[in-house]
Amino acid sequence: MELMPLITILMLAIFVGFEIITKVPPTLHTPLMSGSNAISGIAIVGALVVSGAGEGTLPTMLGFFAVVLATVNAVGGFLVSHRMLAMFRKKG
Amino acid sequence: MEPSTVKTIEGALDPATVTMIRNVAYLVASILFIRGLKGLTHPRTAVRGNLMGACGMLLAVVATLWAGGIVSWPWLIAGLVVGSIVGTVLAVKVPMTGMPQMVAIFNGFGGAASFLVAGGELFITLAKVSAADAGAASIGHEAIHAQFTVAISLSGLIGAVTLTGSLIAFVKLAEYKITWGGKKIWLSNSLLLPGRHVISILVTLATIGLCVAVVADPTTSLWYWLLVVAAAVLGILITIPIGGADMPVVIALLNSYSGLAACATGFVINNTVLIIAGSLVGASGLILTAIMCKAMNRSLANVIFATMGPTADGPSADDVYAGKIKSTSADEIAMMLDGAQRVVIVPGYGMAVSQAQHAVRDLANLLESRGATVEFGIHPVAGRMPGHMNVLLAEADIDYDKLLEMDVINPTLDTVDVALVIGANDVVNPVARTDPTSAIAGMPIIDIDKCRTVVVIKRSLSPGFAGIPNPLFAQDNTLMFFSDGKKAFVEITAAVKES
Repeated sequence: MELMPLITILMLAIFVGFEIITKVPPTLHTPLMSGSNAISGIAIVGALVVSGAGEGTLPTMLGFFAVVLATVNAVGGFLVSHRMLAMFRKKG
Repeated sequence: MEPSTVKTIEGALDPATVTMIRNVAYLVASILFIRGLKGLTHPRTAVRGNLMGACGMLLAVVATLWAGGIVSWPWLIAGLVVGSIVGTVLAVKVPMTGMPQMVAIFNGFGGAASFLVAGGELFITLAKVSAADAGAASIGHEAIHAQFTVAISLSGLIGAVTLTGSLIAFVKLAEYKITWGGKKIWLSNSLLLPGRHVISILVTLATIGLCVAVVADPTTSLWYWLLVVAAAVLGILITIPIGGADMPVVIALLNSYSGLAACATGFVINNTVLIIAGSLVGASGLILTAIMCKAMNRSLANVIFATMGPTADGPSADDVYAGKIKSTSADEIAMMLDGAQRVVIVPGYGMAVSQAQHAVRDLANLLESRGATVEFGIHPVAGRMPGHMNVLLAEADIDYDKLLEMDVINPTLDTVDVALVIGANDVVNPVARTDPTSAIAGMPIIDIDKCRTVVVIKRSLSPGFAGIPNPLFAQDNTLMFFSDGKKAFVEITAAVKES
């Protein structure tokens, strides 16, 4: 893809991010952090492509470790967020 | 794009259609991430929001596996399985008190994944280019353009800083629990190397130089790996001098970096879902960082480069405390609580250390059952990560409506009969308001000194992270209860029951 459309997407996403996140109440800051942290595990998409490209041992191994780390990041991140969020409830 | 028609002709899909379907899946995943984050704006919708984010991730992974041109599966499947198992075990086993270090380590993994992907992609592209030189492939030197090289170097730089910075943060945060008991707990984790500024500047220059080298000479992949090493050292140097109470800023900042690293990797592999998801996380981390800095009245540069310590010209602890400290007991506190209509509890990191949240909950429930109103005043930087206190109190099953932000609770504090401060110090130090030369001057605090009676539960008179004495302890309406936080609350609860 050309550079300009990608930059456009980047800028718009940043503004959407700012708009949404400023509305998150302080009480949810930790789950927000672990949840958004899990989203940064999206690098897994790149890791899968590199790991599965079949371009030799080194890229496959780099991809393998990237897949492991990104998966830990994503799976672990969403799960700890879920554990924390499930505790935030109104009593009675 | 009817799913049913897609299914029937799947065997005959041309590459353009496959890419199209994959991109639609990425778009849906991006929307799920945005909707998911939006869900986190309220505790009622937050669980669903988090699930939406997870669904977005799953969709992105499935779409990539389906359409990604994947030819070799064994390692890829192995990676997914190993990662899922490790992630699940870590996430299920970690206690709530271990959450700050867990968030830190996950962060580091995300950063590491990003720079590994960029490195692998660089290797693959270089291999294709040399094959093209031999006349065997369709890809040529035009594949290595400025977008690619700049993104590669940013990915390596940010990813490696995120990894080592997060690992150091993890070590520091995990260590807190172990080393508790010594007096210098707040300072022990700020490690100052001799000549650290010179070393930092040299490493920074080397890192910048290597970034330029990667862009100028992308065909030598050695530059990239040297850049990763230099950035890794830089990540360590930046994080090591930062001490305990500044950790919320560091974690928020590293959180932002892990997003930015994924974003840069998105530019490397021309992938929009990485760019969108990465920049959402980057924005989220930056906002949290700004909120944390504001709550300490310090700039980001000040947090990273300056060190907190007692200022030479400030009053000494003896001047502030001599003859004015009144010590109290659980029975006396129980008597005061007996007649109290409104009680406010201000927790700090000490509550996390002594794991007192359940004992605090028991007392709060008991007082409420006797007709008192009990609320919690939460300072934004109390604890070791943004929202730390809220998670612990939520774990103890305390209604989130009772956790009041500093700005909400401050105007109402003069109607509070008894305030209980547990394990908090600098965030309730009135010096921030009164002494413009103090290390914490101008920092917004919880004005707990305005309550009618203040009980401070603390092991000793040792100073907080800022290293300055706290006149609150010597105030006429303040009583000190020298004890471990959990033990203190258990004793007070027992005393209230007896009375």
